[in-house]
Parts: sequence; C-alpha cells; structure tokens
Amino acid sequence: MITATRKPMEEILKSVEPFRKILLLGCNECVTVCHAGGRKEVALLGAALRLGRLQKGQPLEVEELTLERQCDPEYVEELARTVDQYDAVCSMACGCGVQTIAERYPALPVMPMVNTEFMGASEANGVWAERCAGCGDCVLGYTGGICPVARCSKRIFNGPCGGSTKGKCEISKDVDCAWQLIWDRLKELGQTELYSKLMEPKDWSTARDGGPRRIVREDMAL
Amino acid sequence: MSDFEPVVVVFACDYCAYTAADVAGRMNLEYPAGVRIVRVPCTGKVDSLHVLRALEKGADGVMVAGCLEGDCHFKNGNLRAAARVKALKRLLDDINIGAGRVEMVRMSAGQGAVFAETARDFAETIREMGPNPIKPAAQAA
Ligand code: SF4
Ligand code: SF4
Repeated sequence: MITATRKPMEEILKSVEPFRKILLLGCNECVTVCHAGGRKEVALLGAALRLGRLQKGQPLEVEELTLERQCDPEYVEELARTVDQYDAVCSMACGCGVQTIAERYPALPVMPMVNTEFMGASEANGVWAERCAGCGDCVLGYTGGICPVARCSKRIFNGPCGGSTKGKCEISKDVDCAWQLIWDRLKELGQTELYSKLMEPKDWSTARDGGPRRIVREDMAL
Repeated sequence: MSDFEPVVVVFACDYCAYTAADVAGRMNLEYPAGVRIVRVPCTGKVDSLHVLRALEKGADGVMVAGCLEGDCHFKNGNLRAAARVKALKRLLDDINIGAGRVEMVRMSAGQGAVFAETARDFAETIREMGPNPIKPAAQAA
C-alpha cells in the first residue's frame, strides 16, 4: 500500500495560517491502514489544529470528513455541493488524493497534511517497510520474491556489491543486504541457478525514467 | 495567578487509580477541588482524542492514571496508554500548549495516599504553568 506520515505540526500550522475555515479531508484507504490520514487521524489533527490556532488567538473552523477514496472521481464528487463553504481543503490523503481534489476543484487551495512516503508492507504493528518501487517490469520471479529495486540500496541486479558484510548493507548495520536475502531465499527454494544467470541491463523506460506513466484499459472504459 | 484553580481531568483506571482515589476519600485525604475523575475500564481505553477533547473543552491538565507496570488487568493497557501520552506530549509541545499538561501516572488500588499526593503535585505543576492558553480565545470565539 501507499504509506504516509503526518507532516510536522509547525509546517501544517504555517500552511493553514491564511485560512479561517477549512475542510480537513481524510481517506479511508491506504492512509487509514498506515494510521496517517483516516477518520481517526482527521479527528486528532482537527483537535490539534483548533487548539493550536486558539492558542494563537486565531480560531480556525475545522470541518472533518473522510471520503471512501480520495483518488477516485466518484467519491470526490461528494464534495461538489459543500466545497464553496471552505477557504481551503486540507487533505490527509496521499499525493494522488490531494491531486485529484485539486484537479476537480481548481478554485480552491488544497494543502497536503501528510508526506507520502513509499509503497510498503506492514512488518509489525506500527512498522512499515519499503517493498516495491513500481518499476513496471517485475523481476520478483527471478529473485526469490525479494525486490532488488526497492530493497538493494544501489538497485543492482547482479549483486551483491562489494559492500555487503555479514548479510548487512554497507549503508547501515540495520539494513539487510537485499542480495544476501535473495541468495538465502534462492538456496532455500533450490533455485540457485537463477542467481548464476546474468541479468541483462534493465529497461527503465517502464519505470519513472520513461516519464509519467498511465494505465489504459480499453476493456474497462465506459 | 494566585486565584487560579486548575481544572485537572483524571482518566482513572477502574482496577487501580479509581480505587486508590476511593481509598483516598475514605482516608479523608485532601486533593484539589479542581480534580475531576473520569472512571475508565483500563487506561488502554483512553484515546489520544479523549485527552485532546478535554483540553479543547478547557481542562488545564490531563492525568492518565493507570496500574503499576506489570500489573495491568488487561496485560499491557497501561503501557499502551503511556506510549500514547508520550506521543501526545510531543504534539502538545508542537502546538505550544505544553507537554506538561498531560501526564501518565501509576499506582496500585491500595495507594490512596499516592493518589492524593500525585493529584496535588500535578495540580501544583499546572498551577505553575498557568491556565490552558486556549481558554480566553475559546471564550472570545
Ligand atoms: S521488481 Fe519492480 S515491480 Fe517488482 S517489486 Fe521490485 S520495484 Fe516492484
Ligand atoms: S550491500 Fe547489498 S543491499 Fe547494500 S547496496 Fe550492496 S548489494 Fe545492495
């Protein structure tokens, strides 16, 4: 899922400084799961914003709402009738949600309240880790299900590099070397021949390097 | 601020702090009149939002009072509450309300004297901090 973390309060308070009445808008999907921007966080940030502004003697009206999904036009449409009442929308969704709102309501300032982080998986309660970089040409089938793009610090494909020590990456003793993980897993699977096979240079045009990407499914279009 | 009588909301766990408050009452121990006790099944049930709402409504300080470490009736509710209080302290500092306005305290059910003393000390700390800064603005709004 897409992970996010709340922006620092100082930055948030500064960004809402010009406004008197805002819509604080959460999203019921990824940011709810990673505890960054669901109904609960909307209520907490709403209270903190009201308190923070009252403390400065500049009360802020905060209307709280959480859409099913902020990155889908049909849910964003729900705001059409009420959106004029606000000076700004403060979105707790990921960058996709923020941009969907901004595109649909161009006359209204839209402020991000979270920093969108990465595509991650949940390792334990309260812990998320980067697992995929969306490269558009998945190699997990050759690497024992461990991603060298997202999990090797150098994104190398015929690893490990010379910095791998005792299973840890040279950037930090707390980071597993992805290529060590890949090797261990391939051994477990009895697929070490995959490791010996030289991987060709990767065509990065399917990733961000090819410019902004789109998926068009003609069979789905209405 | 000598005539300032702080309003302190205490979320008190039924199994320890609430009973301790009861014991304090039976022992005729005094604690400040502004201390308002909210009985909760476990401090683990005290949400960050409960604390913020209390402050939004004008409480000057909030005490989350749970069982001694290792003695939680629900195993680790008090540890969860402590983690929440820690995060709240950061948030309260970030919005200039002051981390000191919320505190996690621990006691056993029999410690009536500890309850009274803790409540007195906390109220005193809040008295020194002065009223919740949002009070005048909230009234003006
Ligand atoms: S290889 Fe590409 S698509 Fe597959 S997990 Fe890694 S980044 Fe994601
Ligand atoms: S030590 Fe391992 S994870 Fe780190 S850059 Fe080298 S191969 Fe990649």
